[in-house]
Amino acid sequence: MTTIPRPVIGGRDVTVEVGFTLLIGLLVVVAASTSDSFLSQTNITNLLKQMVTVGLLAFGMLVVILTGGIDLSVGSIVAFAGIVTAGLVANIPLPLAMAIGIASGIAFGLVNGTLIARFALAPFVVTLASLTTIRGLAFVYSEVPIAPADPAFLTLGTTMVGPIPLTTVIMVAVFLVGGVFLARTPPGRSIIAIGGNAETVRLAGINVRRHVIAAYTISGACAGLAGVILASRVGIAQPSVGVAFELDAIAACVIGGASLSGGRGSAKATFGGVLVLVLINNLLNLYSVQSYWQQVLKGLIIIAVILVQRTNRSLGVTR
Amino acid sequence: MSRLELRGVHKDFSGVEVLHGVDLSGDTGEVIGVVGANGAGKSTLIKILSGALPMSQGEMWMDGERVDLRSPHDAHDRGIRTVYQELSLVPELSVTENLLMGSFPRRFGLIDWTAAHSRAQQLLDRVGFGAINPKSKAGQLSVARQQMVEIAKALVSEPRVLVLDEPSAVLAGSDLAALFALVRQLRDSGVLVIYVSHRLVEVLELASSIVVIKDGRIIETTVPQQTNEDELIRLMAGRRLEQIYPPRRHAPGQVLLDAEGLQLRAGEIVGLFGLVGSGRSELAHRIFRHPAKAIKDGLAFVTEDRARSGLVLGMPVRDNISLTTWRSNAKGPFIDASAQRRDVARMVEQLGIRPANCAAMPAVHLSGGNQQKVVLAKWLLRNPRVLLLDEPTRGVDMATRVDIYRMVDQLARQGLAVLLISSELTEVIGATDRVLVMHQGRITGELNSADTGEDEVLAYAMGRNV
Repeated sequence: MTTIPRPVIGGRDVTVEVGFTLLIGLLVVVAASTSDSFLSQTNITNLLKQMVTVGLLAFGMLVVILTGGIDLSVGSIVAFAGIVTAGLVANIPLPLAMAIGIASGIAFGLVNGTLIARFALAPFVVTLASLTTIRGLAFVYSEVPIAPADPAFLTLGTTMVGPIPLTTVIMVAVFLVGGVFLARTPPGRSIIAIGGNAETVRLAGINVRRHVIAAYTISGACAGLAGVILASRVGIAQPSVGVAFELDAIAACVIGGASLSGGRGSAKATFGGVLVLVLINNLLNLYSVQSYWQQVLKGLIIIAVILVQRTNRSLGVTR
Repeated sequence: MSRLELRGVHKDFSGVEVLHGVDLSGDTGEVIGVVGANGAGKSTLIKILSGALPMSQGEMWMDGERVDLRSPHDAHDRGIRTVYQELSLVPELSVTENLLMGSFPRRFGLIDWTAAHSRAQQLLDRVGFGAINPKSKAGQLSVARQQMVEIAKALVSEPRVLVLDEPSAVLAGSDLAALFALVRQLRDSGVLVIYVSHRLVEVLELASSIVVIKDGRIIETTVPQQTNEDELIRLMAGRRLEQIYPPRRHAPGQVLLDAEGLQLRAGEIVGLFGLVGSGRSELAHRIFRHPAKAIKDGLAFVTEDRARSGLVLGMPVRDNISLTTWRSNAKGPFIDASAQRRDVARMVEQLGIRPANCAAMPAVHLSGGNQQKVVLAKWLLRNPRVLLLDEPTRGVDMATRVDIYRMVDQLARQGLAVLLISSELTEVIGATDRVLVMHQGRITGELNSADTGEDEVLAYAMGRNV
């Protein structure tokens, strides 16, 4: 007999989406009702700013995860892009320095993708190697943190659009554009399909290698952008920043229901994953939970969320 | 007192009853052939027998004792072994590891590999597949060989009841003979064999009794001496054998494909037959070596294994059907959603894909026959001129088969050239205009379908007529 299909509407599993929205709502309600400072202007602005780095990294990571891969190098790219941008500002115009910072991320992504697609190397191994290589390069470029004297360096990270930080707007725009890319364009659909079954896609005449390379390049670009934004927000670029950022990005994807074996996941749900992750962080901070205990709790919460996801999702929900 | 008896077995899935009181009994030394179209309830029955599904109502008895299977493990303990159609070997492990998993011979607490491999070899020898090297990785064996290992695995501990679900679907020639010999040997040693197959000729040859399932009921119990293929088909599907394949009469047009030593002309269906290992599928893969270019040249390729290379199972049917046209139909940077919707609706309608509202459903939820139609739809959207079909009816029920044959016939009438690769003799002769036969990687014979027979095709395939 054929399997009895679970209720799926428009390719989406409704129970998961409802459950997810409820979870985020619940976190907000708990936070707002137990902490006076949660809804304060400062905290909300902070929250919105903190979302940016993990959000950008998570979108890039999602694209890579959809192909069935993983990108462990994003944290190092954040550091490299930031330090290069901050270092160049003294000699060249700011926009150009920032473009170079982002371009460095694109270049690293291109190399990752090429090694993985062209030479059929395991994504985990390749990006683990580039994680350490790129981190090393960041320190080679500057052993010490660089704080550009030019106050314009801070503009990107501190500008507000009404009540919302500009960088948050950028990050949300990446998700919106990226969501449309994945859902509505041939390369976006192909990337998802490759994670589902690369051989089927290859036989349909679609260039699998090129799409895999593109996925890592997108991830590198997102990490480069995140690095530039982070340096601009803090006003100082450190070669040591971004350690373990890849783990938060992966966690956000997985909380959003993406499958690490590829082919399943969506921009919308990953954005939800980012919200959950950042809210949990914020909540633990507001309760002044000691930082080591924060790590423990965060890990446990992530496992709990994933277990709940697992029990009420149907096979193969792609959107 | 029977070895195995089912009394009034009902099964429903969330309120929808799919088995309506099945009675079945079999004794030691019997081979019960179970036939029926896909969706008739065969698979459900098998799963109940193997403990994978609980029955909603009814009883199961073994050797006079009431048994209540709660899990496949229970069935295992009772001596019921099931070999499913889908292969379940771990591809990265050796044949030995797959066979002996959980019961390795040990020496000083460590696995005794010498003993393990020789034990595996014994098992393989015993089932007549001694040619398989127990040290090779299961994933590197051909599908046919994997199937044999799967069967050997079921015999590791002596079974009392052996359920074989479409065991011959991937076998041909001497492999098939080995399987038959094995089934007879098991029967004679007192095992009750339940043999489920689409291939009626085999069931007629092997079974001591035959049950026909239709719409969740056993509608006929008979013995091979009192029935024939024609009658069984009529019982299963309400059709006669001559109605399965549309009559072919073609006036071949211009040559549309000339590659790898074969020529296909417009309007003809050419069968390609060969035993396992003859290189049938490899030939098609060589023709389609550069997919993008091949597609541009008007070729389409329905591969042998839907799950592995035909579908993206987790994606909606909509995506699977439009996969080949995302780019060609794009509107600016976007997939043309309305064209996509139109195309998908047209294909679902034209090919009769069920359920009709499946566009948003992941392909994995469709039945085998409907999945196959989705694969076909994907290629038909490209308006191909040459269609390569590799085992298009494997694991597909009779009704859908008839649909597929009719569709292929239609396409040929519209001027397509079709290559039908098949390991089924009746199909490769019945559905085609001429038959090419492969032996050891080369095309060794060409026969006219209208005046050849299964014997002749098989002889070429075994290299006898050269």
